[in-house]
Amino acid sequence: MKIAVCIKQVVTREWQVRVNDEKTWVRDADASWELNEPDAYALEEGLRLKEKHGGEVVVISAGPARATQVIREALARGADRAIHVEGDHLATADAFVVADALAAALKDEHIDLVLTGLQSDDQGFAQVGVVLAEKLNMAHSTIIMEVQVESDQLKVKRELEGGWFQWISMPLPAVLTIQSGINQLRYATLKGIMAAKKKEIRVVSATAGSPSRQRIVSIYLPQKSKQTRMITGTASEAAKELVRALREDARVF
Amino acid sequence: MSPESPTHSLTLVIAEQKDGVLNRASWEALAAAQSMGAPVTIVVPGAKAQCDAVLQELAAADVTAVIALEHDALAGYTADGFTQALAAVVAAEAPSHVVFAHTYQTRDYAPRVAARLDRAIATDVIAFKDASTFVRQMFQGKVSADVVLEGPAPHFVTVQIGAFRADAVKRGAGAPTRSVPAAVDPAKIRQTSEAPFREAKQAVDLSQAERIVSVGRGIKAPENIDLAKQLAAAMHAEIAASRPICDAGWLPMERQVGSSGQTVAPKMYLALGISGAIQHVVGMKGAKTIVAINKDPEAPIFEIADYGIAGDLFEIVPAMIEALKS
Repeated sequence: MKIAVCIKQVVTREWQVRVNDEKTWVRDADASWELNEPDAYALEEGLRLKEKHGGEVVVISAGPARATQVIREALARGADRAIHVEGDHLATADAFVVADALAAALKDEHIDLVLTGLQSDDQGFAQVGVVLAEKLNMAHSTIIMEVQVESDQLKVKRELEGGWFQWISMPLPAVLTIQSGINQLRYATLKGIMAAKKKEIRVVSATAGSPSRQRIVSIYLPQKSKQTRMITGTASEAAKELVRALREDARVF
Repeated sequence: MSPESPTHSLTLVIAEQKDGVLNRASWEALAAAQSMGAPVTIVVPGAKAQCDAVLQELAAADVTAVIALEHDALAGYTADGFTQALAAVVAAEAPSHVVFAHTYQTRDYAPRVAARLDRAIATDVIAFKDASTFVRQMFQGKVSADVVLEGPAPHFVTVQIGAFRADAVKRGAGAPTRSVPAAVDPAKIRQTSEAPFREAKQAVDLSQAERIVSVGRGIKAPENIDLAKQLAAAMHAEIAASRPICDAGWLPMERQVGSSGQTVAPKMYLALGISGAIQHVVGMKGAKTIVAINKDPEAPIFEIADYGIAGDLFEIVPAMIEALKS
């Protein structure tokens, strides 16, 4: 089975978001980067399916040159080879542009199963996997918590709201968006890191595909919806005051 | 031609029902659509009996019409079936905007409808600025962004659960209803779906808890959960967690609060080391008093907190346990 896993490089969760002077993006020149968490789960699921059914895991990322970092990491974790669709504009592109870039690079790869995270930690569209399925004319399902493959049939456990699930069946080829927590992640071993250096990363330029459909005009810190009383002082002072306020002002017990 | 602005002539709201019961979030989408100012038409997809069960309820809203988009193949949700049905009805009605509630079902197919029609879509929108400018959160809720949708109409918008008030829906004198056979070719539906199920009986009903102490990534290690449990015991509170904690198995899934877990509205919700990503916040923002303890003073959780301490929970929590004893 030939599996493609679409991954994205995003700023780390710990990075303090700062808006740029034009207020059109974040000041990420000095940011630290990591593999988008749901994509890490998608990669792990792809590796497990390959271990069970055989085949190949091709990791693909649409992003600027710096995305090589997460591609190398994916190869070190066990992906067989990589495609890097490179373009500076992909760092801030909308989901249609990203899906187009991925689709163009994947269309001649004869992929059986495309996996990706359900959304990214940066723009969080939750669209790329679904739009990619349309562009590749594949069946799809989203927010997946279990994947079973039997010959050319897929059976997946889709998460619904409030602790409900549903089994969905569909034929391959298909696109699935993977929910965090579907499996336990593996990390790269030294052996994996060494092996990754010999693996192929095919770099292709993003071709002009869909026009951008979404433009960011202004980014800003969210307006507070509540008056928050920030309690300061030493840990002991703050703790005492909080307990007093909860008892006497908020009367929660 | 309508004298109204061609950029904002008609808003279609896609209502969601399951077995003839409306998803409450559909009312939020309707309130959002009405707030845009243009005439609103509701479309509810499903099998005939399911649509019939909700038509009158929907027709009580101040809308121009309610359309039952009917086909036996829409009795159970499939991405392919709903994409076909919605793409056809949107093309036929030619609205300027199409509004959905950002439910898990919408997430599964709305982007595909937009892609099939090659029209712009903004997902998880929290506010409208004008006919083409929408506010959405980015970077895990740390910033908000005004985004403009471009290209020809219609523009698709999905609205975040809880961002608009269902009780703000304007009522009308009874809107006309009509049935439209959905243009669905069952042979082109690739997915088959089984009945929804729950993994295990929920032993804990957190929605009934008066006080909740909830832990997030900031707790750092499974052995530290005990500290949170001690605080919960001292406050006579239930223990709960954000998704990553349950994914890691540090607390059982049944203790998870958020969009994929339970929705709670206790008297007090104390968030320990929880950053406040929207997937968590939708499950707890109805709490009467929200307390946040987090080392990052810019964590989004402080935006909705009544009381906040920016500091080290490993120092503050033991001090709170001590203070609660007196």
